[in-house]
Amino acid sequence: MSGFLKVAWLVLRKDLRVESRNREMLFTTLFFAVSCVLVFSFGFVRGGQAVEGAASGILWITIAFSGTLALGRAFERERNHDALRGLLLAPVDRPAIYLGKLLGILLLLAVVEAVVVVLVAFLFRAPLFQYVWRLLTLLTLGTIGFASVGTLFSAMLVRTTNRAVLLPVLLYPVTIPVLIMGVSGTAALLQPEPDLAMARLWIGLLFSFDAVFLTLAFWTFEPVMTE
Amino acid sequence: MRSSHVPHPDTADFEQVTVSDVSRVYGRRRALAHVSLTCSAGQIIGLLGPNGAGKSTLLGLLSTLIEPSTGEVRYGDRTAREAGAALRAQVGFLSHDLQLYPELSARENLEFFAGMYSLDRPAERVGEALTSAGLADRADDVVEGFSRGMRQRLALERALLHSPRLVLFDEPFTGLDEAACVALVMRLRALRTARRIIVLATHDLDVVDGLLDHAIILRRGRIRELGDGRSLRERYRAAIVDRGGGRRPAGPDGGGVTVARPVKAAEEHTA
Repeated sequence: MSGFLKVAWLVLRKDLRVESRNREMLFTTLFFAVSCVLVFSFGFVRGGQAVEGAASGILWITIAFSGTLALGRAFERERNHDALRGLLLAPVDRPAIYLGKLLGILLLLAVVEAVVVVLVAFLFRAPLFQYVWRLLTLLTLGTIGFASVGTLFSAMLVRTTNRAVLLPVLLYPVTIPVLIMGVSGTAALLQPEPDLAMARLWIGLLFSFDAVFLTLAFWTFEPVMTE
Repeated sequence: MRSSHVPHPDTADFEQVTVSDVSRVYGRRRALAHVSLTCSAGQIIGLLGPNGAGKSTLLGLLSTLIEPSTGEVRYGDRTAREAGAALRAQVGFLSHDLQLYPELSARENLEFFAGMYSLDRPAERVGEALTSAGLADRADDVVEGFSRGMRQRLALERALLHSPRLVLFDEPFTGLDEAACVALVMRLRALRTARRIIVLATHDLDVVDGLLDHAIILRRGRIRELGDGRSLRERYRAAIVDRGGGRRPAGPDGGGVTVARPVKAAEEHTA
């Protein structure tokens, strides 16, 4: 394993170990996501029939909200007890630390999304599993795009006192395109006559967004973490 | 404080750290102003001063995590930017917040950092560190359940796990009982014998009096130095409390502590 990937793995394994012991992020994020879908279902489902096109929007807004909650705590373990200083002093490529943190967030959101997708499919009678691989691709690319930007911003804000306010203020304007692509791609799959070509287009755009923002994040993480 | 020094050409190791006319500004606030000093291997340098004097900023600069606004810090003959990540392998930092993950066990904490530093024989090094911290029998307990003294000992071993040349301590005696303080002082003396460069910021004047090779008294980001034969506490009081830090008494150095000798540029600015 290369040094870069080894460091990312060490950071990821450490985060998973910590999370497996307190389950703080998993439970709060999951509880929030499930609550979100349930509340929306009361507003958008009448007589067992969901408002047309609501499912894709609710799926992605739930991912965005719960993702923001998780991202807000992404570097909290490092901030508490000044562990961030210990990480940054290690003679490693600092973007590898970013990659490790990002992978941890992605795994957490994957678990949350697995629950949310089933819940949305059930409560909104949405045929989410009709094109399961395409949906999986949309969710994967959309989550990578959202989390790559969010993890960078979370790292940027780790030393600020009002980071809870600043994170959404910075994050949403940048990630709105990801959410629009995700919603549009999913809606194309869920409509009565699925538009697969349109879904492919959104998948391609999401891939481009991910490539650009992952590159930017790897490039800027080092200067962002230097005072 | 200067010594003849030939830096190792193939590693980022060094025997001297030179801070030259360094200032650090945060917005409109100046945390450090024209600080110059030299730290050499085999010395314990104390940074003393009231809260907000700039001690932690100076430690941050020495650790490479903070960049100076003006001036430069050289490790041997290279700056942090020139030496890159390899230099960080020569820096150990023990801050007041102990840089440990409380949800992990003592062994897991050390193993994580051993991996981050790509140490040879990590299991052996971790075992030695646990023994040295007196935590061999608690190695697999989570740190959350440790007392402050146990955490401090573990954090010290974490900071020294990779045998750094430059060891930085920020308030290392805070919250320790007398026995733990004595143990830490002994460890600091051992590090000095091993020719480490040790810089510690502290308020515990009684503990460090007689331990320091050089004392640097900071106030409002500037070096205030004293040079007479009184005890460290008296010197500190004269520099910070009684005189408001503005005057520098004349006279030879004496007692167990000598005072750091800044280079000329700093003298001009602090006078």
